[in-house]
Amino acid sequence: MTRPIRVLVAKPGLDGHDRGAKVVAAALRDAGMEVIYTGLHQTPEMIASAAVQEDADVVGLSILSGAHMTLFPRVLQLLREQGRDDVLITGGGIIPKEDMAALEQQGIGKLFGPGTPTTALIDYIKEWFAARQAQGA
Amino acid sequence: MTTPTELDPTLAAMRDELDRLRAEVDAWRTRFASGAVRDLAYANSAAEVAPFYTALDLEGSAGTAFEVPGQYPYTRGIHPTGYRGKLWTMRQFAGFGSAKETNARYKFLLKEGTTGLSVAFDFPTLMGYDSDHPRSEGEVGKCGVAISSLADMEQLFEGIPLGEVSTSMTINGPAIILWCFYLAAAEKQGVPLTALRGTVQNDILKEYMAQHAWCFPIEPALRLIVDMFEFGAQEVPQWNTVSISGYHIREAGATAAQELAFTLADGFTYVERGIARGLDVDDFAPRLSFFWDIHNDFFEEIAKLRAARRIWARHMKERYGATSARSLVMRFHSQTAGVTLTAQQPMNNVVRVAYQALAAVLGGTQSLHTNSMDETLALPTEQAVEVALRTQQVLAYETGVPNVIDPLGGSYYVEKLTDELEAEAERLFEEIAAQGGVVAGLETGWFQKKIAESAARQQWEIEQHRRWIVGVNAFATEERALEIPLLKIDEQAAKDQAAALARLRQTRDAARCTAALDRLREAARGTENVVPCILECARSYCTLYEIRAALEEVFGAYREPVFF
Repeated sequence: MTRPIRVLVAKPGLDGHDRGAKVVAAALRDAGMEVIYTGLHQTPEMIASAAVQEDADVVGLSILSGAHMTLFPRVLQLLREQGRDDVLITGGGIIPKEDMAALEQQGIGKLFGPGTPTTALIDYIKEWFAARQAQGA
Repeated sequence: MTTPTELDPTLAAMRDELDRLRAEVDAWRTRFASGAVRDLAYANSAAEVAPFYTALDLEGSAGTAFEVPGQYPYTRGIHPTGYRGKLWTMRQFAGFGSAKETNARYKFLLKEGTTGLSVAFDFPTLMGYDSDHPRSEGEVGKCGVAISSLADMEQLFEGIPLGEVSTSMTINGPAIILWCFYLAAAEKQGVPLTALRGTVQNDILKEYMAQHAWCFPIEPALRLIVDMFEFGAQEVPQWNTVSISGYHIREAGATAAQELAFTLADGFTYVERGIARGLDVDDFAPRLSFFWDIHNDFFEEIAKLRAARRIWARHMKERYGATSARSLVMRFHSQTAGVTLTAQQPMNNVVRVAYQALAAVLGGTQSLHTNSMDETLALPTEQAVEVALRTQQVLAYETGVPNVIDPLGGSYYVEKLTDELEAEAERLFEEIAAQGGVVAGLETGWFQKKIAESAARQQWEIEQHRRWIVGVNAFATEERALEIPLLKIDEQAAKDQAAALARLRQTRDAARCTAALDRLREAARGTENVVPCILECARSYCTLYEIRAALEEVFGAYREPVFF
């Protein structure tokens, strides 16, 4: 039997737009995942430490402030420093395509823009998780 | 003089006509029910929409049959002259990077015919952090302009005479501080405070509810707002000390009826706090203004604005005993709904914005911001902003729409919808009262949950194709390369800001700063009005975060109820 996927939905930075994060958190929960939501205004340190404490498989970052190029790599780096480079970091918000590509290069997972159906990220997370389980990670 | 006997034949004829109409409507209903009809993709938040409206739908309500514009209860507009007297203010919200860059954008907008300025601050400023605070990293100048002290505010309005423009500032948590920076900047330009015109958003209740840029717990935050009411009424009489905002509540997911009711309930709360302070309602209520989100459902939005004016006037008069007409009229700014813009096929946004702008004007807005087509992708480019401004100018000068006041007044549908939204708002006021009022409802997360539920429902409707979004879940095309250029904000603003702040801290009168901050802490602990103390901090070049931190020492910090 497969265990449920544990997802930490987090709002890094100072922007207060949590509509997307909450809609996504509810959709992932309805898709059978275990979801923890951090609340607003989180630093990368707060997010990484919550991910470790909660033993998350996935960290979903939502940001609409434009600070993604600073904050996303920081979360990735902190998780790596704590030996948790097996965690998938995905997310979404107002993020230009070229920034998405650059972040992916650095090791961040797929990022989703406005208008994405929640099924797209549910499928993405499930496929990633199945592949990781298959590798025996 | 007409006698009752002479009227009788007319009344009898009218009764006959109504009976005939009733029969005709019944017959039409049968024909309609037997015809093939499409499924409605779009769901109104008010009662269900009928396919056709007649005078019968208004039975028991006079609609606005006996109202003229500029008269209580102001459903048809707050001015007797409507847009014949004065067009709405075309006010484009703008700000990015440093004060210097934004100053150049303001000068561009003024040259192109914008008639009021509107400052967008970056997130650190919105939260009360200086540009060089660790929490500001990566955020400086990204979503607005970075303002950390009076020096930045002076730069922002360099060459723009503050006695001649009206300025709106979208700032809430630390509004009192930014307002004092503005007042101090005006003093330095030699402009008397009595000549200043503008608005600070300063609507903290909707921050806890929806937008989430807060600094302090609810009670002290409300005290700061009432301090501003009091100081403003005496010293800055042309300034709107709060812009009670539905915009963010709607953007966060609320329906039109929720936006209407929650926002008005916030407004009533401010009025109650002002009265509780001992202020005369007619002294501060004339400076309360409103801010609405103009969404896609065209007629519902128009009806919302008409209902809002009527509800406000009635409650101000009947509940709060306001007598001055200036307290009863709801003046408001509108902005087209950012949340309706799509990243897919972004050119379509120009069309959405134009329809929404038309609704705002048909609803009688006093000022309007039209969004730019590229705003789901980045901050707007100058070219995109220009199209948005031109959209308003075409509406104002080519369509003839502003020539007639409340031109939809008397439309059976719009009158009915106005009545329904008013009734739904009254029902929601009762629910809010049952929660213990606005503050109690925020503390328990009741409002936040209602809004999140509406947002989740809308997402579900979109994914189930019950709500159509052209270019997203209908008429989608293969993704093409982006056909519009995007504005890039580099890290230069952050570096420049950090250097400028370091310089400022070395060159200012440190003793004066310390004394001003000490005095502020003392005032905050007691009950005196803190505006004069913060103004002295501003004049002394204390920074935004220094002032915020001094207040936080006394007030503590806000903790949100976390849920999803």
